[in-house]
Amino acid sequence: MAGPRELPPDEVLVQRLRDGDEETFALVLDSWSGGMVRLAMSFVSTKDSAEETVQDTWLAVIRGIDGFEGRASLKTWVYRILVNTAKARGAKESRTVPFASLLPEEEGPTVDAERFRATGEPYAGHWVAGQEPRPWHIPEDHVLRGEVREVIAEAIDELPPRLRTVITLRDVAGYGSEEVCSLLEISPGNQRVLLHRGRALLRRKLESYLSGAHDIAGGRGRA
Amino acid sequence: MNCAEFVELVTEFLDGSMSESAELSCVVHLARCEGCETYLDQFRQTTAALGGTLPGPGIPAAAREQLLEAFRGATRP
Repeated sequence: MAGPRELPPDEVLVQRLRDGDEETFALVLDSWSGGMVRLAMSFVSTKDSAEETVQDTWLAVIRGIDGFEGRASLKTWVYRILVNTAKARGAKESRTVPFASLLPEEEGPTVDAERFRATGEPYAGHWVAGQEPRPWHIPEDHVLRGEVREVIAEAIDELPPRLRTVITLRDVAGYGSEEVCSLLEISPGNQRVLLHRGRALLRRKLESYLSGAHDIAGGRGRA
Repeated sequence: MNCAEFVELVTEFLDGSMSESAELSCVVHLARCEGCETYLDQFRQTTAALGGTLPGPGIPAAAREQLLEAFRGATRP
């Protein structure tokens, strides 16, 4: 039995939505709207505007579900409508997130240089003893998994907008790299740099969370 | 290849978009380096955790109600 927030497979979801099953619609609405508002914020200027973008997207989904062809996943399809709606609205608000070139802070190492042996030392560039990553696993337990998701959601919100946009499209919405490049008009190389930096920052957040707080069930303690 | 270099190549490695020789260097490095193997595994776990439902404020209750109403009212063939 799946947990309360697990969604059925796409073909079941789509069929139920086409049949007008309101419970299923409420389920996808509640499952995805949080992430959608988060992503829309990258393109528009205010939270209100992001919420309206998400609302417009769902209206388009209601109108278009019969025409959904199943070439991409349902979530990817919904997110494509969202991105197009958000871009159009962002353009009207004269707010665009330019992706053409990288910012200086988006380049350079993604792992703290102090964790590696310095140039000139033996084994330069290798992990300093005690600084190498220690294995962790994301707990199976339902409540703890929920906590991990909250840590991740918070960490995504703290990412710079461009990193947040790329990582949301790739890892949350499930787009391939080519689709992200075409949606954002960004080169494959720059897309990868932004994605890598975003993932590295989130991994670091999870590392500090999982190495400390998760022994205490339900605890929020942080060092 | 050293560890500081490997950690910058993880996304490219996972995307499968590397040249064959670069990929081979990564595999050789991974075979000898437990720290980087762990780093790679943590990257995988991080991206996998992102795929689920993320909690968030979502949309206001009134907007949600309007959407449910629009869904009910949609004409279906």
